[in-house]
Amino acid sequence: MSVLDKQGAGRRNPVPEKTPGTSADSDGADGSRSAPRRSPSGRRWRSAALNAVSVALGIAIWWTLASAGFKLPTPPEVVSRAGTLIDNGTLGKDVVASLTRVLIGFALGTAVAVPVGFLMGWYGVLRSLIEPWIQFFRTIPPLAIIPLAVVVMGIDETPKIFVIFLAAFLACVISTFQGVVDVDRTLINAARVLGARDAVIFARVVVPASTPFILVGMRVGLGSAWATLVAAELVAAQQGLGYRMQNAELYYDLPTIFVGLISIGILGLLMDRILLLAERKLTGWQERR
Amino acid sequence: MTSSAAKISVQGVTKTFALGRTTFTALDDLSLDIADNEFVTVVGPSGCGKSTLLNVLAGLEEPTTGRALVDGVPVSGPGPERGVIFQQYALFPWLTVRQNVEFGLRTAGVPKAERRRRAEHFINLVGLEQFADALPKTLSGGMRQRCAIARAYAVGPSILLMDEPFGALDALTRVKLQEQLLDTWSKEKRTVLFITHDVDEAVFLANRVIVMAARPGRVYDVIDVRWDGPRDEEFRLSPEFAALRNRVWHSVYHQDGRTAAPQPSTTI
Repeated sequence: MSVLDKQGAGRRNPVPEKTPGTSADSDGADGSRSAPRRSPSGRRWRSAALNAVSVALGIAIWWTLASAGFKLPTPPEVVSRAGTLIDNGTLGKDVVASLTRVLIGFALGTAVAVPVGFLMGWYGVLRSLIEPWIQFFRTIPPLAIIPLAVVVMGIDETPKIFVIFLAAFLACVISTFQGVVDVDRTLINAARVLGARDAVIFARVVVPASTPFILVGMRVGLGSAWATLVAAELVAAQQGLGYRMQNAELYYDLPTIFVGLISIGILGLLMDRILLLAERKLTGWQERR
Repeated sequence: MTSSAAKISVQGVTKTFALGRTTFTALDDLSLDIADNEFVTVVGPSGCGKSTLLNVLAGLEEPTTGRALVDGVPVSGPGPERGVIFQQYALFPWLTVRQNVEFGLRTAGVPKAERRRRAEHFINLVGLEQFADALPKTLSGGMRQRCAIARAYAVGPSILLMDEPFGALDALTRVKLQEQLLDTWSKEKRTVLFITHDVDEAVFLANRVIVMAARPGRVYDVIDVRWDGPRDEEFRLSPEFAALRNRVWHSVYHQDGRTAAPQPSTTI
């Protein structure tokens, strides 16, 4: 909860605006607020360069540790194993299987979480009815649900997708709910005095105002979905990155485990970037610090 | 007491809030009438219930007892004939200036072309034509408040309720916006109830200044402001202004008796 809250709060803009600094107000020329900062493209290059340096450094440390006798495969070993796994199609199939599970679970989780979060935030009665269940399930790690899910749902895709769904749902629903609760009262009053009724206020004030929270919830939910994936694939899976790593463990096959880990990391990162982009597009109106 | 001709008539409004085990009386049996197209400012110490009065008139809060009438009809909930301007501007940050101004028109189902035309008119009126497609975050405080004023005007209210609208602005911007507001008001006459804690502002803008007292919130004094010329710097620096300012100042800062003058509740 606290992690969620902090992320939510960090996204929010400070509600009352800063008092305008100067009197140069109505002359019109000051609207652009072009503060003397570094140009955005310059900053982007700089941060991209730093990112690259950081990645290179990480790999260097890994390599050093591996050469120093730690039980780690070296980067070339991992790369060549990745090549093998790509060539024989294993990696592709695993990625597709895992990605499918994550995407379905995550999409369902979000699709259910957003309306439920809205309803909880908007109607006090529903909040009181739903919240105990959500708080209850939040305390149970989705992984602990797996035995139950398997018994109830069998060993095919359903229990795997279900636990991923649950993880994504729980992360997203609380963030959405928080977003709705935190919508600035003044904005709702402003809409009311402009003649808006509940439905309009909901669609044109509450939804846009809580979009930043929803997107944060989705990002956290996506993280949870990936985190749950591997464990979900412990259960009678024939394919998937998690299954492959489990299998590799039996044969002490470290390079394959590394390929799996790195694949999951890259896929998660890519999906997070996509969400981040959507966030930039959808919530560019926010005043950021 | 009950003048049916009044645009706004507040009749014996009491508003209490529960504060733990005790109750807090924000407004105590308050009555006042405001005539059509009158510009009334309400000034008073904090906690005197001036914002509560405005919220009751806006329909955002219900009086505990008594009632508020607009055009002889009791207020029940917000309505488009009463525009409200908030201290925190309350612009929708995800909408541009134009979309903000059009918000109330869209809600009312005004067709697009007409919406555009009316929004344009009021955006020009407050001098934001260059910023019609800008997001609020790029505007200064004064520009945001002008946008909020245009947004309130666009719906076509006959009453404007303004809750310390310039309270968060610096002194220079504030003076400029006061003059612009009067300019806008002289072009588009409305009945205005303007809440402020600034004595100068109260005198400069008003036809009539209502001074409130706190604990419980009530009308303490009513001061007519008569000035035949335009409300400009000349007025602001005139001895008449200084005298009125003095009078209001004393009324606000030296409230000893229950009321300073016989409770006036009729229009001038």
